[in-house]
Amino acid sequence: MLVGSQQKLQDDIRALVQRHGRTRDALLPILQDLQAKHACVPDFAMQVVADELGLHPAEVYGVVSFYAFLGHEPRGRFVVRLCRTVSCELARTAPVARQLENELGIAFGETTRDGRFSLEWAACLGLCDQGPALLVNDRVYTKVTPERVHAIVEDCRRVFGAHAAQTEPAAHAAQPALAAEGGVTP
Amino acid sequence: MTVIDSRRTPLTFDSIVPGTGLAVALKLSRADLIATVAASNLRGRGGAGFPTATKWNLAAAAKVAEGECKFVVCNADEGEPGTFKDRVLLTEYAPLVFEGMTIAARAVGAKRGILYLRGEYVYLRPALDAELARRRKDGVLGAAIGGVAGFDFDVEIRMGAGAYVCGEETALIESLEGQRGEPRNRPPFPVDTGFRNQPTVVNNVETLAAVTAILAKGPEFFRKLGSERSAGFKLFSVSGDCDAPGVYEFPLGLTLRELLEQAGGTDAKAVQVGGASGVCVPAAQFGRRIAFEDVATGGSIIVFGPHRDMLAVAKNFMEFFCEESCGQCTPCREGNAKLLEGIRMLERGECSTAYLRELRLLGETMQLASKCGLGQSSPNAFLSIVEHFPDEVLGRSLAAAGGTR
Ligand SMILES: Cc1cc2nc3c(=O)[nH]c(=O)nc-3n(C[C@H](O)[C@H](O)[C@H](O)COP(=O)(O)O)c2cc1C
Ligand code: SF4
Ligand code: FES
Repeated sequence: MLVGSQQKLQDDIRALVQRHGRTRDALLPILQDLQAKHACVPDFAMQVVADELGLHPAEVYGVVSFYAFLGHEPRGRFVVRLCRTVSCELARTAPVARQLENELGIAFGETTRDGRFSLEWAACLGLCDQGPALLVNDRVYTKVTPERVHAIVEDCRRVFGAHAAQTEPAAHAAQPALAAEGGVTP
Repeated sequence: MTVIDSRRTPLTFDSIVPGTGLAVALKLSRADLIATVAASNLRGRGGAGFPTATKWNLAAAAKVAEGECKFVVCNADEGEPGTFKDRVLLTEYAPLVFEGMTIAARAVGAKRGILYLRGEYVYLRPALDAELARRRKDGVLGAAIGGVAGFDFDVEIRMGAGAYVCGEETALIESLEGQRGEPRNRPPFPVDTGFRNQPTVVNNVETLAAVTAILAKGPEFFRKLGSERSAGFKLFSVSGDCDAPGVYEFPLGLTLRELLEQAGGTDAKAVQVGGASGVCVPAAQFGRRIAFEDVATGGSIIVFGPHRDMLAVAKNFMEFFCEESCGQCTPCREGNAKLLEGIRMLERGECSTAYLRELRLLGETMQLASKCGLGQSSPNAFLSIVEHFPDEVLGRSLAAAGGTR
């Protein structure tokens, strides 16, 4: 990691500690905000967080590795999470999964080389009456068909294009500007 | 823009004017407030069905350390497969949920509230934050609520991070404390040693909304509904092979057949009641009642049509548990993996009856020996499916292996 970006990460962490506090129960909110901003909690960040909160880095690692939404490997700008639980499976998740892999050119658990997309399985998303269901970051898509997958992915690409044009990319939690049919604005 | 409206029946909550329940609660002494909830016979809606008033009484009587306070936690981790009624409540009836938290705080003497919202529901957060801000402005959160000196209570939202086990109340508390979401040994129970080791009430979203309704309409109204041991109305999240999946409200004690008639799924061959950790009920038993004294559920109802492969269903559930076990205790960590391996053998048609018996014994051991509810209930679906569908499960040929179809 470059010294400049390390410095920036350190500053970010100090600001988060300022905001959430220096106590142990602030750890998860700090890590969640780091994950949102940097698409991961890098090893270096775990070290800094540990120092700030007076913990051993292994404890921070223990927490990061426990939660599915945290990780030390960078995820894509758009994290696509497809529900693989039973009600969605009955509504035919399998072809949607296949088509997501086709459109993105990656398998589940992978991130595209340009860092735009990660594809992941999720446990039940609480949309079981509307399956197959998926999340793209914090946007919900219901009753997804293989045919609609392309539009959902394109939706994200458009937003990415808009952000990439700016000098300083916005936070990682970028949202598609336009919802495909069935997309729900928070 | 599509709005997710899952409601399929009118809900009692539609008829509750926000603020009414809290106004009634503020006129009662704490003892009378808890007595009112006790008179309703309300039992927790999160699955376990613990009497709410009993929990509150214990928390009310518990001692707080110097400089600390009691907590009310709303469990909005809704992760049980097939459950989505808490999402509907948080979307459409959030004022009633927060009002229920405030009533609980009044009852037990809590100063702080926490809504633990699952990470997958982060899109609900802006509206929930706005509702909290509105409540502070209206004086129903903050200092001296309703003008009652000394009744100070505020609520913050904390996000989960994608771990089903964090819905278990002690794992939830671990998570709030910045730890891995590993369930604690109980006792001590959260009502005396909870968040920061202080007395903590953990209630499900629906339980808290029901409290608001009970205060607003009186405990009699609630107790009159349902059965002797399972009072009141209950929300059901219905999904799977039926004409009208969605959220339904019924009094507890109705039969599965009655529910299937409403949802348009009478040709089902089985229904999973209570999510992945619940049991699979075959058509021959659709006369059974959904109630704590018969088939208990936090509200998840998954319908399986005549053509479904029940072993594939068991496999999906077991994969879920292998993924979600916290790994802390051996019966659950190893047991779920063994059961999944067994299901794969059955799928390939390579499992002897003797080995299947071993698997069933293993499942029973897990029910007894696991540390928390996850491992204690993870074998349920497998056990009930092999019991009720032996002909589907045994002697399969390789060609039959595949998805749920
Ligand atoms: C693995 C596991 C997951 C659970 N998930 C939830 C949940 O998502 N929501 C919930 O309210 N209760 C859940 N529970 C039950 C809680 O531990 C607790 O009993 C409940 O929140 C108490 O609230 P109630 O008395 O109002 O039902 C879960 C239990 C276990 C063992
Ligand atoms: S039963 Fe499973 S989830 Fe519960 S403590 Fe043991 S390993 Fe963890
Ligand atoms: S089963 Fe897919 S959202 Fe619940």
